[in-house]
Amino acid sequence: MSVRPRRPGSQPLRRIFAAPLLLALLSLIGLVSALTGDGARDAVSWIALAAPIAAVGWAMLTRRS
Amino acid sequence: MTRGTIRIWFLIHKWTSLICTAFLLMLCLTGLPLIFHDEIEALAGHDPGARMIGQGSSGEGPGLLPLDAILARALAARPGEVPLFMAFDNDRPLITVTTGPSPDAPNDRMTLHLLDRSTGLPVGEAGGGVIDWLLRLHTDMFLGLPGMLFLGLMGLLFVVAIVSGTVLYAPFMRKLAFGTLRTRRSARLKWLDYHNLLGIVALAWTAVVGLTGMINALATPIMGLWQQTELAEMTRAYDRRGALPPSRYASLDKAMAAARAAKPGANPQFIAFPGGQYSSKHHYAVFLQGGTPLTQRLLTPALIDAETGVLTDIRPLPWYMQALLISQPLHFGDYGALPLKLLWALLDLFTIVILGSGVYLWLGRRRATIEAHVREVETGGTIVAAAE
Repeated sequence: MSVRPRRPGSQPLRRIFAAPLLLALLSLIGLVSALTGDGARDAVSWIALAAPIAAVGWAMLTRRS
Repeated sequence: MTRGTIRIWFLIHKWTSLICTAFLLMLCLTGLPLIFHDEIEALAGHDPGARMIGQGSSGEGPGLLPLDAILARALAARPGEVPLFMAFDNDRPLITVTTGPSPDAPNDRMTLHLLDRSTGLPVGEAGGGVIDWLLRLHTDMFLGLPGMLFLGLMGLLFVVAIVSGTVLYAPFMRKLAFGTLRTRRSARLKWLDYHNLLGIVALAWTAVVGLTGMINALATPIMGLWQQTELAEMTRAYDRRGALPPSRYASLDKAMAAARAAKPGANPQFIAFPGGQYSSKHHYAVFLQGGTPLTQRLLTPALIDAETGVLTDIRPLPWYMQALLISQPLHFGDYGALPLKLLWALLDLFTIVILGSGVYLWLGRRRATIEAHVREVETGGTIVAAAE
């Protein structure tokens, strides 16, 4: 894979989308998990789908300037 | 990303969002109480089965009355009407029979009968009230099929707005760390950061709810396709026969036994009677569900000759019908108990903030040139915000 030239000080796409991709993946796991069963699968779904909400809480607590 | 590319995606994002925002706000606001429809209906006393205990009506067993007896009870309450649907419950003995003046009666002429399959007694009125009203508004704005298709189109614009917003996230965040919230510099910068953060964290959820909403909006044409192709093929041998008069309908219990024999271990979710959208003019369509939580939503129709009670054909629904069935829970979020509903509600509130902040950002800089907007995206909001 070739490295595209970028302006100084800017981040590669990989880094910009690392956290969003992880959150999207967790959301999808959360959405599907509860469809496939009850009990433990419900719990997995609650934890996974809470991730995007927790990320906003984390940003409001630690990233506000 | 070049300025020209940013400009194109910015314009796509702006116009798709502006067109769909008012409708999306209505959908988010009406969708919020709909997530909790079970809880609200139980509180309002509109769920007569809420306190029922016992065997699920979809099963078999000595504690459950024959289907013919249940059907006779419902028809006795509406003399002269014909049966349209019979729906089952997996957890309670509750059974719902729909009757109407004719086999092709429209929705507003149908009567719902809620009965207890263990006693045969009616258990009160179904539905009605504010939840039904909200659901109509949410589904078609009381405009029928054109309303549904229009909201489906708004869903498509929403999905395009999500994609274009995600593309713009890249140049905007070029020099910013994930989660950046600059709340003290200007109101515009604060809402720009919230709009970006909420939009990107809720991305997968909004995309899934948007896409499944679009599929649900296409329910009528999807059903029509199935009827005209697969269902027509399954009942081809009956094409030349006229409609079967209800007086000649065979025993429903015999038909159910034939359906169960064709797919051992499966329980019915509902039966569609002859002449309606879900069956031919000559068949009981018994829609069987699988036995596991995953296959419970994937239905297999068994078509039973309504005159003889003998199986004509059984085939799993095609992929597009399965997609429609899976889209319903994924859109309404009512499938993973109360914690999932609460998360659904929070993500719905996030979406309201995304829509509201989007309108605010548009209103504040309506007169700015497109170049100024491109610069704002390119610099992560610093240049335009500083110029204010």
